[in-house]
Amino acid sequence: MKGSPVTNASASTGPSGAQGLHAPVWVAGTGVISAIGQNRDQCLQSLRLGQAGMAPMQRLESIHKDTIPVAEVKLSNEELAAFSGLAPTSSRTALLSAVAALEALADAGLVGAGARDESSGSRGATSVGWRTGFISANSVGGMDLTEDFYPAFLADPAKGRLRQVIQHECGAATEAVADLLGINHYVSTISTACSSSANAIFFGARLIKHGYLDVVIAGGTDSLSRFTLNGFNTLMILDNAWCKPFDENRKGLNLGEGAGYVVLVSAAVAATLKRPPLARLSGYANANDAYHQTASSPDGTGSFMAMKGALTLSGLAPSEIDYINLHGTGTQNNDIAEGTAIKRLFDPTYPPMSSTKSFTGHTLGGCGGIEAVFSVLSLQGGYIYPNLRLETPMKELPFEVATTFSEGRPINHVLSNSFGFGGNCTSLIFSKL
Amino acid sequence: MVYIRSIGNVSPQATFGAEGRANFGTTGFEPSGTAASATGRDLITPAAPAVYTGNRLKAIEPDYSKYIDAKLIRRMSRIIRMGVAAAMDCLDGAAAEPGAPTGAGVRAEAPQGAAATPTTVGASPGRLVPEAIITGTAYGCLEDTVTFLRRMVENKEEMLTPTAFIQSTHNTVGAQIALMLQCHGYNNTFVHSGFSFESALLDAQMLLEEGQANNVLVGGVDEITDTSHTILERFGLFKRETVSNLELYDTKTKGTINGEGAVFFLLSKEPGGLARLDGMETFYKPTDLEDTTQHIRGFLNRHQVSLAAIDLILLGINGNILEDEAYDLIRSQVFPNTPVAGFKHLCGEYPTASAFALWLATQKIQSGLKRVLIYNQQQQSHHSLYLVSACGT
Repeated sequence: MKGSPVTNASASTGPSGAQGLHAPVWVAGTGVISAIGQNRDQCLQSLRLGQAGMAPMQRLESIHKDTIPVAEVKLSNEELAAFSGLAPTSSRTALLSAVAALEALADAGLVGAGARDESSGSRGATSVGWRTGFISANSVGGMDLTEDFYPAFLADPAKGRLRQVIQHECGAATEAVADLLGINHYVSTISTACSSSANAIFFGARLIKHGYLDVVIAGGTDSLSRFTLNGFNTLMILDNAWCKPFDENRKGLNLGEGAGYVVLVSAAVAATLKRPPLARLSGYANANDAYHQTASSPDGTGSFMAMKGALTLSGLAPSEIDYINLHGTGTQNNDIAEGTAIKRLFDPTYPPMSSTKSFTGHTLGGCGGIEAVFSVLSLQGGYIYPNLRLETPMKELPFEVATTFSEGRPINHVLSNSFGFGGNCTSLIFSKL
Repeated sequence: MVYIRSIGNVSPQATFGAEGRANFGTTGFEPSGTAASATGRDLITPAAPAVYTGNRLKAIEPDYSKYIDAKLIRRMSRIIRMGVAAAMDCLDGAAAEPGAPTGAGVRAEAPQGAAATPTTVGASPGRLVPEAIITGTAYGCLEDTVTFLRRMVENKEEMLTPTAFIQSTHNTVGAQIALMLQCHGYNNTFVHSGFSFESALLDAQMLLEEGQANNVLVGGVDEITDTSHTILERFGLFKRETVSNLELYDTKTKGTINGEGAVFFLLSKEPGGLARLDGMETFYKPTDLEDTTQHIRGFLNRHQVSLAAIDLILLGINGNILEDEAYDLIRSQVFPNTPVAGFKHLCGEYPTASAFALWLATQKIQSGLKRVLIYNQQQQSHHSLYLVSACGT
C-alpha cells in the first residue's frame, strides 16, 4: 500500500495528491521563544555564549519563589500579547505559542511578513492557498489561568471569573493561535507529557505524507504554572540549583516555559518557496516504555525503541548521526535510562551530544518543538551546543556530553529525543537536504 | 477504509460487555423514513434504558475486578478505570472472534520499523495486545487535576503528595492501558475538544495505511466531575428544568444534558469484524450553513454513496433548541428523506460523544442495517462525519 492515496478519511476535504509515504517532508521555517530568547536569533546567541535562562521566579507567584529556580520567558503577558496580536487575557500557553508560530510562518515565507489580513481579521496563512494545518501540543493548557480562578471558586462555587477557566482545555490554546493565523483547514492538539510536541511534529509530517495537508505548523508550547511546579516538587525531581543534566551528581530538573514550531511542507510547496528548505524530517518513531507512570525503565526500553525506530525509518546507521539533542532533563532516572539506551544503540562510537535543557529548563509540552528548532539550527550552522555545568561525567556511561559551543562542523543528521510521563518516548531525526 | 473488529463501551447506559451489547441488540428503533418526524422522533432505546431526569448523566461502571487488579483499582480515578475497562472489554471481544489469535503469544511489535525487544506478555492470557494505542480526551483526567489543584490551594502549596498530579496528565489512560498490556507500541493522546476522538481515529487510520500496525486500539474518554459540571453549568450549557433523557429532543428549550463515557474500538485493515468504517472527516468553524452543507455533500460524494443507500443518520442533536435548529436546517437541505435519530439522550453531550455514536452505529450494523451516517457537531465549531457500513457490502 506504499504510496497509495488514502481514500477513507480526510481532515476537511479529501486527500489529494498524496505524495507517498516515502516522499520527503521538508522543514521550511522555524520559530522559538524560551527563557534564553524571544526568537531564534536570541536563543542561538545565548546558546553560543553559554547563557542559561534560569533565575529566581519573577513572574510566577509561588511560595517556592526563593527556593526553586525556573527558566521563565522574560516577557509579561501584556508584552507577549502586543508581540503576537492575541488578547492579553489569553492563557500564557497560547501567548507563547502565538509568538513562536508567527516567527516560524514568517521564516518559511508563508505569511505576509505578519501583516494582518484585514478581510479575515487574522494573520492568515490561508491566503497563500495551501491546505494548512496547525498541530500544536501542550501539557498544561490554560492552567495558568485556571489556578487563578480556582481559589475564589473553591470558597464559593458561584464565584470565580469564568473567563479565566474558559481556556482550560489544552485545545483552547491551539485554537486561539490557529484563529490568529487564519488556519482552519485542520487543527489538533497532542498531549503526551514531555514528548507532546515531538509527537505533534511527527503527526504533522504524516498528514503531509498521506496527502491531507500541504503545510503544517507543528510543535508545542507550555507556560509555567504553580500546578506543574508543585506537581514536580512533590515528585522530588526538581533541583534547587541550576540543573546539571548527565552529571554524576545531578539533582533534578528545572522547569521552564516556551514554545517552538517547525513549518513542515510537501515537495510541491517546497518547490514554490523563495529559498531552499532548511532540513528534511528524515526519521521519527514513537514507542512506549510500559514500565511506570512516571519513571523510565532502567535499560531505557522505550527510549531505545524510539531512537532505533527513527533510525530505521530514516535508513541511517547510528554512526551517521552527527549530534544528539538529548532529552536530558537532569533527573537521576531520565539521564541514566536515556544514557543506557544510547549506549545500547551507539556503542562504541558516540556522536557529540548535549542537553539544551541546561539552558531552557524543561519546557514539558514545549520541549520537543523548541529542541526541534535547535536541531534544525544545528544542521544550518554546524553547531554543537554545550551541556552546561557538567562537572563529573556519569560513571555508568562510557561517553561524555559536549561542554563547549562549536560551529561550522559537518553536521548532516541530528537526532532529537523527547521522553515523557506515561512511558511516551519519541525520537525525531532532522537531516540536511 | 478500516474494519472495526471489536468494541468496548462504558457509558451512562448499560453498554458494557456482552450484556451491554445485547441491551442494544435489535430492539427499540423503527425508522420512520419520512420527513415528517422532527429531529429525534425516531428514538433509539435499549431494551433496558437508564432514565435520567437531571442534567448530569453518569456512566454505569462495570465490575472492574475482572479487568483490573484490586490494588490498582483503588489508586485509579474514575476516568482511568472506565478507560481501562472499556479497552480490555474491547480487546477481549477481539480475542473471542472465531479464528482470532489466542493465548499470550500475540506480539506487540515495535512501531515505525523498530526491531527491538518485542514483548509477548499480555496482562491476561488470551487477551489480544494491539500494536498501537491512541486515545482522544478533551478534558483529560479532571478528577485528579482538581484533587491536586484543591490541595495545592487549601494547603498553600505545602504538604502535597504526588499521586493525583502523576495521574492528572492527559495521557494517563493510554499510558495505563499500555502498562497493563505491556504494549511497547505506538502510543498517542489527542486533546482537542470536539476533535479529540476524530484526531485519534485519523492517526489510527494512517498507522494502518502505513502498515505500521495491524491492530490499533483507539478510544474516546471523558469524565464529568462535580467541579466540571458546576463550571459548565455556569456557562449556561445545561437545562435548568427537569427533563427525562428519553424526552430530550421534545423539550424545545435551551441547554442540553451533560454526558461522559469511555469507548474503545479495535481497528484493522483486515476485512471482517463487526463493521467497516468507510470514512471519517472533520471540518472546523465552517463559515455558514452553505459551507456546512457543502462539506456534508462533499463527504457523501467522495464516498460515492447516495442518500437512498443510507439506512440511518445518527445526528448529534442534544435537545438544545439553538443547536438542534441548525441540525434541522441541514437535514431539510441535505437529507430530508433519510431516517434520522439522535444518540445524546443515551450518552449526554460531551466532546468525545462521537465515539459513543460510532459504537451505536456499529451496534446498528450488527442488528442488520447496511449503512449508517453519523453527523455530529460541538457548539457549531467542531463538525465530524462518519460513514459506517456492514462488512461485505
